[in-house]
Amino acid sequence: MKKQIHLAAHFPGVNNTTVWSDPAAGSHIDFRSFVHFAQTAERAKFDFLFLAEGLRLREQNGQIYDLDVVGRPDTLTVLTALAAVTDRLGLTGTINSTFNEPYDVARQFATLDHLSAGRAGWNVVTSWDAFTGENFRRGGYLPQDKRYLRAREFLAATWELFDSWRGDEIVADPRSGVFLGDADAGRFAVHSDQFDIEGQFNVPRSPQTRPVILQAGDSEEGREFAASSADAIFTRHGTLAAGQAFYADVKGRLAAYGRAPGDLKILPAATFVLGDTDSEAQEKAHEIRLQQVSGQTAIKFLEQLWNRDLSDHDPDGPLPAIDPLVGENTISRGRASVRMYRDPLATAQEWRELAEAKHLTTREVIIEVTGRQNFVGTPAGVAAALDEFVQADASDGFVLVPHITPGGLDEFAETVVPLLQERGAFRTEYEGTTLREHLGLGEVRPPATAPKAE
Amino acid sequence: MPRPLHLGVALEGAGWHPAAWREPGARPTELFTAGYWLDQVREAERGLLDFVTFEDSFALQSSDRFAPDGRTDQVRGRLDAVLVAARVAPLTGNIGLIPTVIATHTEPFHISKAIATLDYVSTGRAGLRIRVSGSPQEAALFGRRTFAPYRLEDADRAGTPLAELFDEAADYVEVVRRLWDSWEDDAEIRDAATGRFVDREKLHYIDFEGPHFSVRGPSITPRPPQGQPIVSALAHRPVPYQLVGRSADLGFVTPFDTAGARAILAEIRAAQAAAGRGAETVHVVGDVVVFLDEDATAAADRKGRLDELAGAPLRSDALVFTGTPTQLADLVQEWHEAGLSGARLRPGVLPHDLAQVTGGLVPELQRRGAFRTAYEADTLRGLLGLARPANRYATA
Repeated sequence: MKKQIHLAAHFPGVNNTTVWSDPAAGSHIDFRSFVHFAQTAERAKFDFLFLAEGLRLREQNGQIYDLDVVGRPDTLTVLTALAAVTDRLGLTGTINSTFNEPYDVARQFATLDHLSAGRAGWNVVTSWDAFTGENFRRGGYLPQDKRYLRAREFLAATWELFDSWRGDEIVADPRSGVFLGDADAGRFAVHSDQFDIEGQFNVPRSPQTRPVILQAGDSEEGREFAASSADAIFTRHGTLAAGQAFYADVKGRLAAYGRAPGDLKILPAATFVLGDTDSEAQEKAHEIRLQQVSGQTAIKFLEQLWNRDLSDHDPDGPLPAIDPLVGENTISRGRASVRMYRDPLATAQEWRELAEAKHLTTREVIIEVTGRQNFVGTPAGVAAALDEFVQADASDGFVLVPHITPGGLDEFAETVVPLLQERGAFRTEYEGTTLREHLGLGEVRPPATAPKAE
Repeated sequence: MPRPLHLGVALEGAGWHPAAWREPGARPTELFTAGYWLDQVREAERGLLDFVTFEDSFALQSSDRFAPDGRTDQVRGRLDAVLVAARVAPLTGNIGLIPTVIATHTEPFHISKAIATLDYVSTGRAGLRIRVSGSPQEAALFGRRTFAPYRLEDADRAGTPLAELFDEAADYVEVVRRLWDSWEDDAEIRDAATGRFVDREKLHYIDFEGPHFSVRGPSITPRPPQGQPIVSALAHRPVPYQLVGRSADLGFVTPFDTAGARAILAEIRAAQAAAGRGAETVHVVGDVVVFLDEDATAAADRKGRLDELAGAPLRSDALVFTGTPTQLADLVQEWHEAGLSGARLRPGVLPHDLAQVTGGLVPELQRRGAFRTAYEADTLRGLLGLARPANRYATA
């Protein structure tokens, strides 16, 4: 059988890629938007829906950032409510390991897994910033170099909890009066650098035992963490060559953990624009990029790299002559993407060379470096490109990121998915009921192979 | 128009009797499925009840407050209450959904957005019941605090470690409420002309600072449909009565007779006045564990049989009532006349005693003209006769 594509749908979030000004754009809070989006994904037999999270509203220049969508609902509450209006779709979301406790998070994911009959998935993220910490008891105490330690230990602790029930403890025999076959059900103890917890976990084993574990992060530590512990990894590698290199690298790390290549799915984020002809699609893609990157937004992006107030800069003129301010980024807060700029001077130099070569204004540069959609074309062209990408081992599928809430997935579901099915590359019916089954992950690994903290 | 009577049901496992799971009709193997909870809430909604509450705890259930009891003959294990409420919300239409939230070990920021979101997915039917946890056993599950065992009398006066947990809970509710208001209703402007999605002048830092947490805000979730979802608490003693008076819209109390109901009510009203909330509506309803049958003897026999299976008579913090729905209607009306807003009934056995409430008690109260015959509102505040409150941060 041909290698199968896995598809996930990212509910449009709080980045500039979500176009809120379009007449078709609806509420990103109203539950009906989530129902529409999830039911579209499920009709199209997607593997799962994904929700991102941020625990503090973003700020720039000391003020709440107001140019993009602002605000979102609570991840686990929405996912669990969506379990009521879907049957098969995987329900996954981001939950932070810095501003939560393992016992509570394990209970919530085990509950979601019970209430969705085995469809829960968890994107484990860490953050250390004191800015977000100002909303929490824990505050900003976690040093940056402890963040992967905490993430590893957090995940390991939740595995202890998920595995603390074998699954056969609930006897519930009214005649003998035995409800619980084992008085010690759920017994656990975790004593590590970050955690010192013990007792009995009070949620019995859920259908998948543990939620599917997702991980995002391209860093060396992130790749290793994914290879040891994750079931799927989100990436940003949009080109075939970069995708293949990442794929080979990460799959190559699995053997060291006793895992097979199929045990970790690689899912790059993918944006797309569809048209009746290639040129129509290209034209639409250009229009969308202009909506996503206004002159104001271009200046904000510029400030994020330059780490300076550039509010007087003309977006339709050249890049600033002054160099970026090196050091801690103080201009933009609550935005993970600024950390990608590890060498602002070098990045600025690349941007300048690009501007020079193509005669681009500031806004055009920003569009060029942030706004290019991954797949643009007719449904047939996009279906072929997606299929080729996966067959060439540049990924195992995609996390699609539409630019309109909630209808941004509709056209893809109606036109591209049937073509992928015709190509024999995508399911026409769900074969299993759980998210693990959709992803072809097999049984959960035994606790002996749970992530260990170094 | 007489003062409306409010009725809720407290959902817990297979019912409030420890042997309830052994009754015919019980569904003990389904306690961890969505279908079980949905059926209970739909039954309560068929009875036009104001709300259901969902119990919760972090530790495995135990008959001992401070330690596991090692018993295997009672229901053990439970699901997260907020998420159970979220799971039934889209499939019900009028009834209020009030999950238990444990202030002691959770983040007010997380709970504020979770209940706001429950309010969105239920289109205005969310509440929470705030609880504290002084249990050393529960603290060990989190590993961040340690508690010595307490005595119930520690809740009689301020200044005890237990009373401090209630002070923390009051701070917690304050943070949750400020976060609900941290977005004004019209903060989202989608102004294409200026490129602004929100008017940031209508988003507010809450800047709460207290001994246990400081929270900056604003929430990441816009103001929920009800503005302020309902905050409730169960109270048996002076310190928790203070919490109801300071922080709650709805108090659950446990009188054993009408004189007791009057005394408790007076105490809560005094606390309310002392907190400067004398003019606000705080509903106080009486909790009753109920075993109901058409024939009072049958109800008593049934409860006796369950006690025998459990090995001891049922002990409860609340009045245990065995009798007919008609007799229960008399009691509920008597308490109502004494000043309570109504009752929260704890079915001894599910689904039997819940069906007796919806199919026996409710029709009897309706026959007496004492209970609604159709839902008059589709939000929980609406059912409780509470207007949508103004935003504390709005200046216009």
